[in-house]
Formats: sequence, C-alpha cells, structure tokens
Amino acid sequence: MILPLAIKSLRNRRLTASLTVLSIALSVALLLGVERIRQQSRETFANSVSGTDLIVGARSSPVHLLLSSVFRIGNATNNVSWDSYRRIAALPEVAWTIPLSLGDSHRGFHVLGTTQDYFDHYRFGQDRKLKLVEGERFTDAHGMVLGAEVAAALGYRLGQPIVIAHGSGDVAFALHNDHPFRVVGILARTGTPVDRAIHVSLEGLDAVHAQKSAEAAVDPLAAAMQKARQREAQRAGGTDQDRIPAGQPADHEHGDRGAAENGSPARTITAILVGLKSRSKALFMQRQLNETREEPLTAILPGATLLEVWDILAGAEKTLVAISGLVVVMGLAGMLIALLTSLSERRREMAVLRALGARPWHVFALLLGEATFLTLVGIGLGIAMLYLGLAVGEPWLEKSLGLFIPFRWPSAGEFGLMMLVAGAGVCIGLIPAYRIYRLSLADGMTIRI
Amino acid sequence: MTVHASTAVDAVVHLSDVRYSWDAASPPVVAVDSLRVARGERLMLRGPSGSGKSTLLSLLAGVLKAQSGSVRVLGHELGALTDSARDLFRADHIGVIFQMFNLIPYLSVRENVCLPCAFSARRRNRCEQSGASVGEVAARLLRHLDMGDVEMLGRQVTGLSVGQQQRVAAARSLIGRPELVLADEPTSSLDGDRRAAFLELLFRECERERTTLIFVTHDATLAPLFDRAVEFCDLNRIAGAPPATALSDDAR
Repeated sequence: MILPLAIKSLRNRRLTASLTVLSIALSVALLLGVERIRQQSRETFANSVSGTDLIVGARSSPVHLLLSSVFRIGNATNNVSWDSYRRIAALPEVAWTIPLSLGDSHRGFHVLGTTQDYFDHYRFGQDRKLKLVEGERFTDAHGMVLGAEVAAALGYRLGQPIVIAHGSGDVAFALHNDHPFRVVGILARTGTPVDRAIHVSLEGLDAVHAQKSAEAAVDPLAAAMQKARQREAQRAGGTDQDRIPAGQPADHEHGDRGAAENGSPARTITAILVGLKSRSKALFMQRQLNETREEPLTAILPGATLLEVWDILAGAEKTLVAISGLVVVMGLAGMLIALLTSLSERRREMAVLRALGARPWHVFALLLGEATFLTLVGIGLGIAMLYLGLAVGEPWLEKSLGLFIPFRWPSAGEFGLMMLVAGAGVCIGLIPAYRIYRLSLADGMTIRI
Repeated sequence: MTVHASTAVDAVVHLSDVRYSWDAASPPVVAVDSLRVARGERLMLRGPSGSGKSTLLSLLAGVLKAQSGSVRVLGHELGALTDSARDLFRADHIGVIFQMFNLIPYLSVRENVCLPCAFSARRRNRCEQSGASVGEVAARLLRHLDMGDVEMLGRQVTGLSVGQQQRVAAARSLIGRPELVLADEPTSSLDGDRRAAFLELLFRECERERTTLIFVTHDATLAPLFDRAVEFCDLNRIAGAPPATALSDDAR
C-alpha cells in the first residue's frame, strides 16, 4: 500500500523526482564506470602476459622494462645483443624464449619483430594461446600478422602490401618503403596489447634496417651523423656499439640493427620473454641474469613487477574512486535536499493521511519508500547509462587508451557498490522520514505553521 | 428529523472535564466539562474561527490526547489507549471530512475514496462483507452522492468542481461504515443551495448506516437541519469566555 502511494506521490512531483533520479543515475554511472575501467585496466594488464617466467631487457628499471616490452608504453632505453639472446636461450634452465624487437610503427600501431616462437609460446589471460582468425603465421621476411584491432581499425585484408615507418608515433617521418610487407595473417582478439601490434619476422625488420644502413653509407651526411652518434656513445663510457644515450629512445636509431651477421636474424633486440623448465628457478635465474658480466641486463618477474605498477597507480586509483564516491554522495545529498524542501508543502498531505487512519509509521514509511524508490530507480538508470556509455564510448576507449571493455554483467564487486549506494540512499531517506514522522505527530489533523 | 437521547449507555461520544492546551505554559484551548453524543445523532457545533472546534475534533479522533479529563468514543477511553491503538481505533471507527476537503491530489476519485480502507482492515472487511470489493463500495457510495458516472471514478480529483470534491470527501469519510463521522466546516465554501443539497446527501448516508455525525460550522442557519446544535463557546469553557445560554449541551 505504502509503496504505490509513494510512487504516485513522486509522479505528482515528477520534475523534481526526475532531476533527483538523474543526478543519482549520473553519479552511479560515473562510480561504476570508473570502477569498470579500473578493473578492466587491471585485467588487461594482468592478462597481457601469462606463463612467462622472466622478461629480460637492457639495464633499466623493472617497471620501465615491463611497460615498454609488454604494454608498449614508453620505449626501451637500450637494446640487448643477439649474443646475449643466444646465451640465455641456451641456458639449461630455459625451456623457451621469445625475442621482441620494437621501435617501428605503421599508422600509429607498433610493429613487433619476433620469431615463430612468439606464436608457439606467448600466452595471455588464463594460459590462452594466440589464434589466427585469418591466414597464417609469417614464414618469410615479407610476411606480416596483424593484431585484431589493427585489422579492424585499418580495414586491412590478407595480401595487402604495407610499408612501415621509423618511430612509434602516429605520424611517420621516414618510411621503409623499399621493403614492403604483405599481410599474411590476422590474430583473434585477445583484449591485450597484442591486438594493437603488427607482427613481422626479425629477418623482415632487419632487412628494412639493412636498407637504411645502406642508404646511410651512400649519403655522406647520414654516414657522418651515424659516426658522430657512435662516438658520443663511446664517450659516454659504453663499449657496446648499440648503446644509445639515456633519454634517447633506442627505436629512433636502429641502423645498427641491420646487417645481421653469421646468419642471425638481428644484431640486437629490445627484450626477451623467457619460459623456464621449472618456475621454482625463476628467482635464481633472475639474479643470475641481473649479474651477467657480458652485458648489463635486467631480468624481471612479470607478476612481481606488475604489483609494483599497481603500487604506483594505487594512489591515483584511490583518488579517482574517492572522487566518484563523493559524486555519489552529492547525488544522494541532492535527493535529501529535494525531499526535505518538499516536506513543508506536504505536511498537510501527511495530516490528512493521519486523519484517515495512517499511523505515524505509515507516514515514515511513505517518505522512506520515496527515498528508496528514487535511489533504486537512480541506480537502475545509472547502470543503463553505464552500459550505453560503454557501448558508445568503447571504440574511443580502445583506440585512445587501448582498453577493450567487453560486455559483461555487473560483477560481485559492482553489485556490492550498488548495494552500498542503495543502503546510503535508504539511510539518507531516514532523515526526511523521521522529520515528517515528528511533524505528523505534532500537527495532528490541523497544521499550525 | 430524529431526536436521539444521549444517555451514558448508548453514547458514541462522551466527554467529561476535558482540558487541552498546546503547551503546558499556555491556557487550554479546549475545556469541555461535559458532552454526550448518541448513536446516529447529528450534532452541530457552532462557533467562530479559532475557538478550538478543530482541536476538539482532533481530540475526538484521537490524533491529539487530552492532558486531563475523559474522552470516550464507542465506550473506549482514548487517553488510556496506546498511541498505535488510538491510531488504529481512528482508522477503524472514525471518518473525517475536512473544511477544504483535503483530497490527495495525486490519487484518482476512486483511490481517494478507498484510501481509509488501506489503513483499516476492519473497514475493508466491512466493505467485503457486503459482497462487493472496496472499489465497488466506493462506486456505490459515490452513486448515492449523485456521482455515479463511471468515467468520473478514474479522474484525478484536481479536475473536479468544488461540489464534486466535497462529495468525494464525504464518500471517503463514509466508506467501511465508520460509527462516527467528524466534519470540520465542509460547507463553508458552498452557496446556500449547494450547501443544503450536500447536507441532504450526507444525512441520508449517515442515516442509512446509523452513523453518528459531529458537524462543526460557524453558520448558525444550518442549525435547524441537525438533531441538536451546540454553541461551542458555551461548551468550551476556556478562561475569559462567557458561557452562552442558548443551544448548549446542558440546555438540551
């Protein structure tokens, strides 16, 4: 009886009620949206690499190595020699290795040079293997396998010729147009940075850079610049010809990566994903690799380094969630104000109900019912707005943040948040309910204002 | 017009030495030494605005509680009942018609009339004992009050004329056959002809169910229509108010 009466009363004040519901809905959509993006970011990060025991790169911070090698955020400060790669791959504890060579791009998407081992051993999510939805793996220096998002965004099909560019920005300043690639395969969606990568063989990437070196050899200015850079590197104390001054991304200079010798597919690479025969050896191997004398290397445990990333982001995440929470509080405060301001004009209505037989708890329940109804409808509308917003904004999120947010029903955590908002709405509703309860007791059948 | 004897045995309302003030420091606004109203009686209480008539009705309805004295309705001492029991008693046994009708604006005609049954299982059962639903009883009551149009039942009350609203208010007070109806100046905004027509309809319904009616008004011309008329200033012996002689309870 009371709830239908509350709903009809709200319908009578539909403008105020609609605005109240809208403010609650917007705040709930924001709260759940932030939570959803936060969770999805974490899942995307956590799912990006699975089954890899170690990631090895040139000496740098562990977080930097993880972000640059797996998530393609930032650039590696230096490269790893192919000799080091061969040495690590030959270690008895090592089951498999995947070389990664980054630094080139095509229309804003990273180009990743690797080997067949990438398709055999790379895992994401819950130990899931990469799958091709079209075509096959690259088998020669001209083959190219596209991530799902690259194919979708650029509309490329099998057999299409592609020219890659130096650097990793959206705008290409130098094209490797002497070595065009051809799309031979398209990967299934993974919800990880793999979707945004273009995969080519190390040989193919090397061929591109060999061409670049040859150009430098016939161009006196280019040759002089290259020599100057090498001298500068040596003055900085490096003996390795590949070393590049700190702060200058390695991917801007990879003339040295070309002209691989002794049948190796490349002279240097960016990082190595390592799978061990026994996971228990991971810490031992990490220490051993970090102490390598031949070349300064950094080996990281992906899971442990990911925790460091979360620690860095935790403050920002908490701030974001706290702000969203405050917005919800503001939405509910709006409801409180709307209900409290309506009380004076509703005292007569309550007095009439009391005279008709309504007990004080009826009056109390009426106001509480209204607050509960407004909150629940606000939450419902907020969820609808969230899903609509995600459906509309998903392409943008994927393109600009690389965040793929698949449709899924609210999680237990999100249900918890909704219950929290509903509980807060009911608690806030107690204030006007108690006030009208007291007023209805004092007013009797007449209202003395 | 029927004249009813107001004996202690069959009195629906019996007040003695009732005192009520809004707060302890101020003088009482109601000070009634004695008042009895018999079952089926139609009593008119006449008095100027601000003389405490509406407060007396609130005491009779059990919305307010007298600080001293006895307020007995249908043999129940209202002051002895708990707050919730008094509320339930009002819901079950008392109908109210307000001066400004006070219909709930967001409910339809039918919903307004049925509203008291939402708060009282007893009144709801009484309706259903007649073999009809609460809604059907509401429609029948409205038909008796010359509002038989079916289309009218679903209309919002805000779209009704003053006379129609008044009849809806009367039907609301009578649904579920309460033993006592308290009417607080319900005819004050009506002209003479419509006032008489409304009273005729109200009396007819009260007589049909032998409902006791206490009707508050400041219009002395209505007195002949009632079984008994009481000058409220005589009844309510508040400090400084000289007792009147005519139409007092004791004089009858």
